[in-house]
Parts: sequence; C-alpha cells; structure tokens
Amino acid sequence: MDYFEVFGLPRRLAVDGAELQRRFYELSRRHHPDFHHGGSADEQAAALEVSARLNAAYRALRDPIARVEYLVRLEEGRDTREGATVKPKAPPELLAEMFEIQEALAEAKAADRLDDEARRTLRGQREHLRERHRAEEARLTGPLSEAWDAADVAGRPAIREAFKRSLATRAYLRTVIDDLGEALGEDQEEHVAHHRH
Amino acid sequence: MSRIIGIDLGTTNSLVAYVDDKTGLPRVIPDAEGHALLPSVVSFTPAGIVVGEAAKRQLVRHPGSTVYSVKRFMGRGYEDVKDELCYFPFRVCAGEGPVRLQVNDREVTPPEVSAIILKSLRDRAETFFGEPVDKAVITVPAYFNDSQRQATRDAGRIAGLDVVRIVNEPTAASLAYGLQKLHEGVIAVYDLGGGTFDISILRVHDGIFEVLATNGNTHLGGDDFDRAVVLWLLDDIRERHGVYLGQDAEAMQELRLAAEAAKIRLSSAERTQLTIPFDAFTYHRDIARADLERLIGPLVERTLGPCRAALTDAGLTAADIEHVVLVGGSTRVPLVRARVQALFGKTPHSQLNPDEVVALGAAVQAQILAGGITNMLLLDVTPLSLGIETLGGIVSILIPRNTTIPTSAREMFTTSVDGQTVVDMHVLQGERELAKDCRSLARFDLRGIDPMPAGMPKIEVTFLIDANGILQVTATELRTGKAAAIEVRPTYGLSDGDVERMVEESFEYAEADVEARMLIEVRNEADTVMTHVRRALAQGGGLVDAEERRRIEAALAELAGARETTDRERIRDKTTELNRITEHLAELMMDAALRSALESRRAAELLEPK
Repeated sequence: MDYFEVFGLPRRLAVDGAELQRRFYELSRRHHPDFHHGGSADEQAAALEVSARLNAAYRALRDPIARVEYLVRLEEGRDTREGATVKPKAPPELLAEMFEIQEALAEAKAADRLDDEARRTLRGQREHLRERHRAEEARLTGPLSEAWDAADVAGRPAIREAFKRSLATRAYLRTVIDDLGEALGEDQEEHVAHHRH
Repeated sequence: MSRIIGIDLGTTNSLVAYVDDKTGLPRVIPDAEGHALLPSVVSFTPAGIVVGEAAKRQLVRHPGSTVYSVKRFMGRGYEDVKDELCYFPFRVCAGEGPVRLQVNDREVTPPEVSAIILKSLRDRAETFFGEPVDKAVITVPAYFNDSQRQATRDAGRIAGLDVVRIVNEPTAASLAYGLQKLHEGVIAVYDLGGGTFDISILRVHDGIFEVLATNGNTHLGGDDFDRAVVLWLLDDIRERHGVYLGQDAEAMQELRLAAEAAKIRLSSAERTQLTIPFDAFTYHRDIARADLERLIGPLVERTLGPCRAALTDAGLTAADIEHVVLVGGSTRVPLVRARVQALFGKTPHSQLNPDEVVALGAAVQAQILAGGITNMLLLDVTPLSLGIETLGGIVSILIPRNTTIPTSAREMFTTSVDGQTVVDMHVLQGERELAKDCRSLARFDLRGIDPMPAGMPKIEVTFLIDANGILQVTATELRTGKAAAIEVRPTYGLSDGDVERMVEESFEYAEADVEARMLIEVRNEADTVMTHVRRALAQGGGLVDAEERRRIEAALAELAGARETTDRERIRDKTTELNRITEHLAELMMDAALRSALESRRAAELLEPK
C-alpha cells in the first residue's frame, strides 16, 4: 500500500491539506497504539506498525515539496528513505554566477574577517539565490505539479525527469545559501539551537 | 485493566496523580501529612535510606551521602557532567558508561536513586488506594534523548513498576489543560522546571493533541538560577567576611537552600533578606528582585533560542500562536513570564498549578491507556534526529527531528570484506553532521551472517521509534528471510542484566522502615538544636554567668550522648531539656540584638544631616 492509498487518495499532487489532516486524525484514532494498549501482543504490534506507516505517510504528503519527492521515488519503484532522492546539481544558466560565488566564498574562508564590502557582496548573492530558491519551489508545487496531474501515462516520464532536475537545482541552491550564511557568520537560528547538543 | 498511576519524576520535586473515576478529573495523591510534592532527594543514612522532606533535612549535615537533582545525571556519562560536579557535594566516579555516584562506601547509578523516589511515590499510591499498584506512566522532558528515556524506564523497573508509557512533560501538561477544555488551536507550552527546559508547539483540535515541533535544553532550569545566586553570594561573603566558602560542602548546601528560598520569595516581593548563621559569623544580605534578574537574565535568554527554533520547525511565527501555557515551578519568576510574553506577544496562561500540571497530565495519559478516556489522543514527536555513522564519521539521518511517533525507517546493510559474519552499526542522535558531535546511543552488532563474498549479504535493518520515543532495532537477512541476531551495547545505558541485579538489590536496600525513619527524625531535631546552641555559646556566651554556662554545656553533653543511642524517647527528652535550659540565653541574645539595632539606628539618625 503506497502513502496515497493509506489515505484513500488518488496518486495526484493536488491534495486538500484540511481534508488530509481530517483523514490523518481519523485514522490515528483508529490505529494509534494508545487505543490498543489492552489488546493482545499481536494486536499491539500491528497497531504500532500501522501507526508508524500512517505517520510516515502524513509526513510525506502534507508538505507539497516532500509530496513531489515521494512521488518521484514511488514512480521509480525505489523504497529508500526520505531526503535521499536527488544529488544537488547546479542549474546550467547559473554556472557563471556560481563560479563567482564560489570564488567569493573561497576568499571569505581565507580571510580572517570580512570587510563591509565583501559582506555586502555575499549578502546580495545570498538574497539573489534565495529568490531563485523560492522560484524553484513555486515551479515545483505550481506548474510542474499541475502538469503531472493533467498528464496521461505517456506524458509522465518527461515530467518526472523535470521534477528531478528541479529538485536537484533546489538542493544545490540550499547548499550554497547555507554556505553563504556560514561564511557571513549568520548561520540560521535553528542550526545554532541544535548545535548546542 | 488494572489501575495505572501518573508520575512526574522531577529534578526538584516529584508527584503522583490518578484520575478519579467519579469525577473523571485528575487528582494529585498527597502523603500522610497532606503534602503533594515529594522533594526529589534521597539520603543514605547509617540507619537506612530516607526520601523526600526527611532527606532534604540531611542535605546540610550529610551533604556527601545525600543525593539531589539526580535527574541531571540520568542517561549521562562522566564526561557530560564533569564540569558541573564542583557544584554537587556527592562524589561521581570517573570512567566509561553511565554515571556512577559514590555514596558512603557504595556506588549507585542515577536510575537506582530515581527508583527510590519512584518507590516512595508508589508506596504513597498503594496506601491511598489500599491495594497494590504496579503500572505507571512517567513523564520526562520532551528534549530527553533515547538514553535518558531508557534510564527513566529502568528506574521504573527497579522500583517494581511496569512503565507503560514515557510521556513528554509539556505534552502531558497540554493534556491536563485539554481535559478542562481550556484551549483549542495552536498552543505553545513553555516548561521551565528545576533542571530542564522544554518548548513544545501543539495543534489541539477536537481531542487530538498533535505536537508540531519541540525543542529545549535538558541542562537548564531553576537549579542554574540558584547556582548563579550562590556564586554571587560567595563573592559577597569573601568581600565582607574575608572567607571563601566554596570548598565547604555544608556551607554550600546552606547557601544553596537559602538562595533557592530567596529566589522564591522574590517572585512575590520586591526585596528580601537572607540570613545564614555560620559558626564564625552570621551572614545577612539584602537582595532586590533587580539583583536576581541581573544574575539570571542570561539564563532566561537561553530559553528563547529554542523557542524560535521550534517555531521555525513548525513552520509558524510567534503571531500564529493562539495560547501560551506556562509549566514548571521556574515559570513563577516574573522575569521568565515577562520574556515569554514579549517573545510571543501574548499574556501566558497558568490557571493550573505549574508544579502539579505535569503529574495531572500523566494521570490523564494513564487513563487513556487504561481505556477510561477514548476521545483524547496525543500525537507526539521525536525531539532529535536519529542517524547512523557512515564512512568518514559522517552521520546519515534516518529519522529527522520532529517526526511524529511511532515512526520507522529501514536501511540496507551489507559486508565489506569476503567472509565477514558481523556488521557493526553505530546509532546516534543529534543535529550535527559529524558522529563525534552527536550523542552516541548504542552500537549494534548484526551477528551470524553466513560467510559470503563482500557485498552479497543483504540485511534490512528497521529502526522504530515507539510512542515512548524509545528506539527499537530489528534486522532481517533478506536472502534467507530470517531475523538476524542483534547485540546491543548501549553507550550510557544499563544492560538488562544490570537492571535485574538492581531489582534484586533494591530489596536489600529497601527504604528504612517506619521505626528507623522516626529515629532519624528525632536525631535530626537533636542535631539542629545542638548546632544552634553551640553557635549561641560561641556568639553570646559572655551574656550568661559561669554557672549558667556550665549547666548549658552539661545539657549539651547529655544530648550528644543520647543522640548516639537508638532510644528515641530519651533523645527527645534531652532535646526538650536543652531547649528549656537555653531559653534564658536566647532571650538575652535577642535583647542584645535589638539593642544593637536600636543603637545603630540612633547613630544613623545622629549622623544624618539635618
């Protein structure tokens, strides 16, 4: 049973978030181990397994990007874990700019501290890449997802490849944005908080 | 289904609660004297083990054999805690594996000490119900890792309890609030206790309590506030009295307890006085709330980063939070309330007693598991990412933080050398990329693999985090379809054999019986009176004539002699006698103190410019 089937949904990327949450809550009420505590060992083990699967399914489908990643894995018949879908890859039209950024990053790393000029440059580049990152996500969850839902079986492999390229670009942009943040000493808050442990 | 109790095993205080069948509401079970809170203190006295208030009274006199705040040591190793050991009077043995405390001539582990507290709560519940109790839900900080959760479960087992669920403290609190139908929507639970801090963001809707994200710090709480005050007092004493008391274990306990009491008073008063009679001098200090706030300000700030991180992980901003709920005794501190209010932009709720709400929630969860409540369900998350170490010491994440539990992940393993029959996995928790920066949970050995060329065996390993937030690992050799044998070597945990041995030993060291406890109580009382009298003689001995002084010293010697016997009546009589004989001296000292206060005021008036 795939994650769409868990919720009784067709294999489509357009998912009504409120409806998904309603079904998740309803299924949780039925299968959560808390409500099978008094049952036999087999019943408890089954509840644990079904519940774990339900939670994984909800996690994969509630976020539109994670949903695309899951769909690609499902279509390719790969049952690997989350997040290991694609290798980051630079988008061709950004190659020249990326070369420049990598150079600036290398310089920043070599220098003891950044002067204001270098700081401004890195910030500007990061802002530009963030915009590009947002645009890539909008493309994934917007036109590409709609194209998938509208396509017939013959049209799907091409869209699947487009998904993979787009996901690879997005992953690449994320890495460079994080690198820039690190060079600027403006590592994101959530990282700082977790690094403490 | 038999009865299940709910236990809040706190750093400073512990409680036990149940759901009343008639009203359907959770209630805290008080002890015989009507106290709900059991101080989480255990003292190993020559007469036996004492717990709670009686143990707390041993802190000053027997600091080396009285253990408090043991929760800070649960599921930890020596390396984790060595930096803060200077603040604790008891000794910790250096070495690998879980922390071991040296108490008198024996070594105990934190789960064994916690088990003594749990046992006391269990006894309390059994007395209350008049029947045996052997099942419990126990709460832990949401940010507790797998080792700390396992240690808590082991403590339950040693206390003879079947721990049917480990539940997170902030989510337990939300259940208690939810039962009263107080809040629906997106809520933030800010839980600052004696030793730990948690923030949890939940969506509460129609009886479902879905945790969206959690964060925290398992080493930040009221204990740290007290410590900041103590360090400040130590400096002040050195400046004004020329002595440094940092090495004096008894004085440090006096200071710690006085600092804690002053902190509590400053939650309602703007100023307070602190008076500690030491042998050589009596220390007075006036403390303003502003002084306290300056000392603890940086600690309070440290709770805000995790709050922001939890919001980010939940995909929300502060404006999305509809209600903020305060849990834990340390949220009574006005500065804490003010900072939380500023961060979330709304007035936090604390209708339910912040000391009791977690235990009440544990009782609600117990009732859900017992089948008594069917319209409420808690969907919690795992607070830390779970991963395995791969080539080059890099961590590969299998289950990201804030994944709803129960949850599972599968991973394929194979061999790298021809004929290899064992595969070793190193499992970690944390958010860092390198294994050395994450928390090592355990090493798993997959054994009994048939000798084959490298890369041929296919072993599928399933990592399951159950509803307790505790990891279970199973493995299957895909070619044969048979389960692979796994040997677990926990990094900071106890083995099953250890726990079984401790269960047996716990009967030998069972809490001292009533007789022994009463003896300890009268001895405590005698010690307190003798200490006061010795101080009075040192400071005000010149106020009485030689004959009176001789009589006081004789009574003191008689009580000291009686104290060493086991005759309770005699110790009590001699204590009363010493009290009676020193009444006159006490009066004289009081008069002298009043006179000197009046004189200094008069002097001040004279000096004051008109």
